[in-house]
Amino acid sequence: MTRFQVLVVGAGPAGLAAAIEAATAGATVMVIDENSAPGGQLFKQIHKFFGSSAHYAGIRGLDIGRKMLDEAQSCGVEIWLDSTVWGLFPDNHVAVIRDECSMLIEAEKVILAAGAYENALSFPGWTLPGVITAGSLQTMMNVQRVLPAKRMLMVGAGNIGLIVSYQAMQAGMDVLAVIEARDRIGGYAVHAAKIRRYGVPILTSHTISEAHGAERVESATLVHLDDRFLPIEHTERRIDVDMICLAVGLTPMAELAWMAGCQFAYVPEAGGHVPIHDENMETTVPGLYVAGDITGIEEANTAIDEGRLAGIAAAEALGYCSQDEASGRKALVCERLDELRLGEVNRTRRTVQRILQAQSSGVQQELSDVSPQRGRSQIG
Amino acid sequence: MTKSFSTTGIAAQGELRGSPGYPTEARMQKGAVAVIECLQEIPCDPCEAACPVGAITVGQPITNLPVLDESKCTGCGLCLAACPGQAIFLVDLASTDGEAIVAFPYEFLPLPTKGTPVEAVNREGAVVTSGWVVRVLNPRKYDRTAVVYVAVPREHAHEVRSIKRERFQQGAG
Amino acid sequence: MRIVDHPILGKLAQDRTVTITVDGRALEAIRGETILATLLAHGIRKCRTTEKHHEPRWFFCGIGRCTDCVMTVDGVPNVRTCVTMVRQGMVVETQTGLGEDGGGES
Repeated sequence: MTRFQVLVVGAGPAGLAAAIEAATAGATVMVIDENSAPGGQLFKQIHKFFGSSAHYAGIRGLDIGRKMLDEAQSCGVEIWLDSTVWGLFPDNHVAVIRDECSMLIEAEKVILAAGAYENALSFPGWTLPGVITAGSLQTMMNVQRVLPAKRMLMVGAGNIGLIVSYQAMQAGMDVLAVIEARDRIGGYAVHAAKIRRYGVPILTSHTISEAHGAERVESATLVHLDDRFLPIEHTERRIDVDMICLAVGLTPMAELAWMAGCQFAYVPEAGGHVPIHDENMETTVPGLYVAGDITGIEEANTAIDEGRLAGIAAAEALGYCSQDEASGRKALVCERLDELRLGEVNRTRRTVQRILQAQSSGVQQELSDVSPQRGRSQIG
Repeated sequence: MTKSFSTTGIAAQGELRGSPGYPTEARMQKGAVAVIECLQEIPCDPCEAACPVGAITVGQPITNLPVLDESKCTGCGLCLAACPGQAIFLVDLASTDGEAIVAFPYEFLPLPTKGTPVEAVNREGAVVTSGWVVRVLNPRKYDRTAVVYVAVPREHAHEVRSIKRERFQQGAG
Repeated sequence: MRIVDHPILGKLAQDRTVTITVDGRALEAIRGETILATLLAHGIRKCRTTEKHHEPRWFFCGIGRCTDCVMTVDGVPNVRTCVTMVRQGMVVETQTGLGEDGGGES
């Protein structure tokens, strides 16, 4: 059986960051990803990132992806692609399918960085060819370099809806409208400004009531909503589109954490069920860590920093890094994470972090109540 | 104060003029100056690092709105390309012939060419006037964010923030 | 259609091609792209029809999770075209329902 010190599930920004930290500290690291290319969602992000200029801001997502991949490879991280982790069994036994064979890999520490999946929104006509998720359009345009349609309606004015609308125009599509059920845009104002400048209307308090077409999307009916999100009679109108993109939120892809027996919290603002973790990104299953969107939906730069935390913590637990050194490095990363979560726009993210911390303390308290010798100090 | 901007993406003139990144009319009359239309506190500071003369300050925390020191700003335009939100422009009211020059970041094809006439749009994408392209800069260091300079009638200088986007015709597959 | 030029991604390299057939039609594909990308490049907007009501389906998530985009490839049904790379001579067919077993015992 193959054995690694650190096994990372997912080669996106969180997974690569975790792998780089652990490998740099001296551990043997393997990253496994079911896709045929690494980088997670990074290579689709052709826009310049926000955040601190001391740390990746102003650089395009795809270029950050390239840098991280190069760094991971030069640290000696082994990366398996086209390999699906389908099970996580006791004592960090990881079940993988690769080349149509199933195998078990043993690891001392496992870091789950599987990301999230896009939510769907159902309405009459949603199964018609032409209704897709926003991420799906992003993949087609920015990775596969193909345009599936010409006239698009975007459902959802969060950052993804706004950014993908802009990218659709860069690729040559017309965006007829962005609709949003809330009474305000959910994403950054500057993302909205940059599509309004090109005449894209953003219709708040609107939803889609139906998609029409014989063999594919030909038009959509929009309806105005009242302040209880109920459709207002006689406000329906039809627009001609051949594509409808859904940007209605993400849900953490946490099935492996469920399977491994992690304790979860249900936090709607984080995207739903999320595995509880401590300040080391370690779950309630010793030796099992989480990082990135699997812990709650945020963005690429927080995923990178959470990955770093998990990687440093795993390396520390393995003895590759002294407690002092690790604590210094973790403190720097935490400072950056706090910085990325500042501002009124990020108030919900801070609430999520407080809820998760409270949940984590609650769990630790329970554990030490039940069996005083067994606290969080018994790690790895 | 930022209600309009953060709910709709469109800044009202009052919101803009009151913000720390907006220069005075007097400074615009002296020559090209940066006009920062960043009114929402988000963690972001590449503009500060991009400015070669230290005319932009964000400081700590990085959610601070960028502050423009108009006396230091030389109107070089580097910040236009650096801003990930494409929220920075140049306005130059120095000319005496009734025209103003407005520069904006542009990331579409086809890139406009110098000397060509254009339809200039406001923040809502409505055509407000016609103008012509004075210059297009797209050096490597701008990392694919071109900066387009258009000349428009002076009275539209505070409205014009881009040009009407030509539908880019892709080649056949 | 293909995005042959892009303000951020630059020009598309189209020199390394393979030929696949889709419902008997020979189509040029770019080496390294997915089957779905080839379909989109050629304006094809259907992958299959549903088992019960024979409705058309195309793609949805584009990343291999939802299985909307499955087609029969080289006789094997239910292949996710959004995550399967093209190969020279690949035979792709619009799938009807759950597809026919391509070989072996049922």
